[in-house]
Amino acid sequence: MAATVDTVRQVEEVTGRAYKHGFVTDIDMDMAPKGLDETTIRFISAKKEEPEWLLEWRLKAFQQWQQMKEPNWAKVGYPPIDYQDLYYYAAPTQKPQLNSLDEVDPELLATYEKLGIPLKEQEILAGVVAVDAVFDSVSVATTYKKELEKHGVVFCSISEAVRTHPDLVKRYLGSVVPAADNYFACLNSAVFTDGSFVYIPKGVRCPMELSTYFRINAQNTGQFERTLIVAEEGSYVSYLEGCTAPQRDENQLHAAVVELVALDDAEIKYSTVQNWYPGDEDGKGGIYNFVTKRGACRGKRSKISWTQVETGSAITWKYPSCILQGDDSVGEFYSVAITNNAQQADTGTKMIHLGKNTRSTIISKGISAGRADNTYRGLVRVGKRADGARNFTQCDSLLIGDKCGAHTVPYIESKNPSARIEHEATTSKISEDQLFYCMSRGLSTEDSVGLIVNGFCKEVMKELPMEFAVEAQKLIGISLEGSVG
Amino acid sequence: MALLEIENLHAEVDGKPILKGIDLSIEAGQVHAIMGPNGSGKSTLSYVLAGREGYEVTEGSIRLDGHDLLEMEADERAVAGVFLAMQYPVELPGVTGMTFLREAVNARRKAVGEEEIDAMGFLKMVRAKAKTLGVTDDMLKRAVNVGFSGGEKKRNEILQMAVLEPKFCILDETDSGLDIDALKVVSEGVNALRTPERSMLVITHYQRLLNHIEPDVIHVLAHGRIQKSGGKELALELEQNGYADFVEAAA
Repeated sequence: MAATVDTVRQVEEVTGRAYKHGFVTDIDMDMAPKGLDETTIRFISAKKEEPEWLLEWRLKAFQQWQQMKEPNWAKVGYPPIDYQDLYYYAAPTQKPQLNSLDEVDPELLATYEKLGIPLKEQEILAGVVAVDAVFDSVSVATTYKKELEKHGVVFCSISEAVRTHPDLVKRYLGSVVPAADNYFACLNSAVFTDGSFVYIPKGVRCPMELSTYFRINAQNTGQFERTLIVAEEGSYVSYLEGCTAPQRDENQLHAAVVELVALDDAEIKYSTVQNWYPGDEDGKGGIYNFVTKRGACRGKRSKISWTQVETGSAITWKYPSCILQGDDSVGEFYSVAITNNAQQADTGTKMIHLGKNTRSTIISKGISAGRADNTYRGLVRVGKRADGARNFTQCDSLLIGDKCGAHTVPYIESKNPSARIEHEATTSKISEDQLFYCMSRGLSTEDSVGLIVNGFCKEVMKELPMEFAVEAQKLIGISLEGSVG
Repeated sequence: MALLEIENLHAEVDGKPILKGIDLSIEAGQVHAIMGPNGSGKSTLSYVLAGREGYEVTEGSIRLDGHDLLEMEADERAVAGVFLAMQYPVELPGVTGMTFLREAVNARRKAVGEEEIDAMGFLKMVRAKAKTLGVTDDMLKRAVNVGFSGGEKKRNEILQMAVLEPKFCILDETDSGLDIDALKVVSEGVNALRTPERSMLVITHYQRLLNHIEPDVIHVLAHGRIQKSGGKELALELEQNGYADFVEAAA
């Protein structure tokens, strides 16, 4: 069919555009030697001037990690990672103690500007977004701190929190994702270098969206962020995470851990736009994104909502989950995962219902193009005591072209007869009819694909905070319907 | 010079010749009808005019306002003023009618270097036009054509036509799937868009649509060629005798 072939070609042209954020910033790095042993961990801990308990915690994790095996159950393939061939600590050389953005390496700031996230501009757009920007392993700038302090909100790098709020960090670190939870989380526990810490006191509604921009820059440097968010009783916070990475020849490992804790009546909304470098057309040089994200709804009527737009990385292995311990607690997972060329994504969620009348919603939209593989893998588990638990799951896959794959792997385990669990799944293609229909109304091929994909993802995109609207638009090339203005 | 000039048009689909030398010229302000039996090439002609992929023109030319349409992609033709009201309008899940219209209008504005349209003014304009076609606010908020009845789909096509204000409209079997009341609403909508500058090509099986949208010229298409052209009386003749004469004559 000539028409079909043409459509595939058109879509390839549109989806095959080169990654725009591929550039490297030239900055002196302060590095730990290559390889991983106890010395490396002591080096990191010393660099960060950490207390003894944290060093011990790291070393214990490292010992456990050495006993563990890399998991191989995900539907992803990659050559073996040589963990001794990586750097585990890299920090941009800078003056200690920054008082303002003026003191930040101008080259760093220029990098952010290339990415379209000028901090200076954000500072001017007062009261909108607070940024704790992570460049490689060290936080370089933190803004809006004063406004947050007024409300008692703590938003800082986790290294700083270890110094300023050691009790909180000690109480909650590893309490949701234990050090030995899984291979990559365990590695992270041993070598994490930085990340964000958020604490919302009782009854406080965080006055602004909290945002962090992650970025990998140093060659061969694994990134091991650690994020911890604690929302006390009756508090609310919306946290935005977004990242892009420059072009590289060798694969870069990214194994982050994110832990969320919501106490009685607290709500945490965690949104991610992920655009790590996906590699070239064969996936060469792309990021390995092996992330453990988990939230504990410890309190009654607490709520944790994950929204993710995953467009980058060569491999994505990620299952943001909710442990619904508190009675009447709510877990949500909204996901758009786009894979193109040789990208592989195995992503989904886990909803663990433990408390009574706990509810969860899962909406997953997978889009595959090129030769990419896109797998939704999700677990819904209802415990014995979770009377009246409810789950609704919807997994939709959209295929572009005829060389890509979409897979849906739902695991459902219920030990309570009163539970109600629903699962819906669809698979569809962008049809040549749809493309022609849009084009015959004047939309370019690119805009047509964008519009159709946007429509497909609508239920998820509307969950994103407005601050992310523009970025999501840039990334997916779609116009977000009615979300701005 | 006529608004639309088709000369010796040959086209094939998957290597099979469908159009075998069509000559047609439509003056600005005129409405022409094309009638013909199944498989005569009516829909192929509409797709070739609109620039659908897979419909290969092997010979001949199409000019709109002097511009060579064959040099343009489907979206460029739309921007240049071609509009195809489809026989089977396509569903766009998740894309609301209002968004679709706004995107289409902005695509045109972008092409001529204009700013994006003012959202509030646009909303008002679309609502006013929608009202005359019996397109409800609810329909504009719903995803394009998803769960629409046959009549709703066709009214929605005409609404797009009214909003986009094309120079040249092709109506491909707009009467199919319509009951008599819906046919009336759609026809009135089309007639309201007849202006001295705008031309239309109405493609239909049946004479009944032409009672509502009165064409200036009628052509009979069979075996990929226009076999006969004439006035209203030609439609009545076809209604009585069917297409047998043309099918046999050309065979």
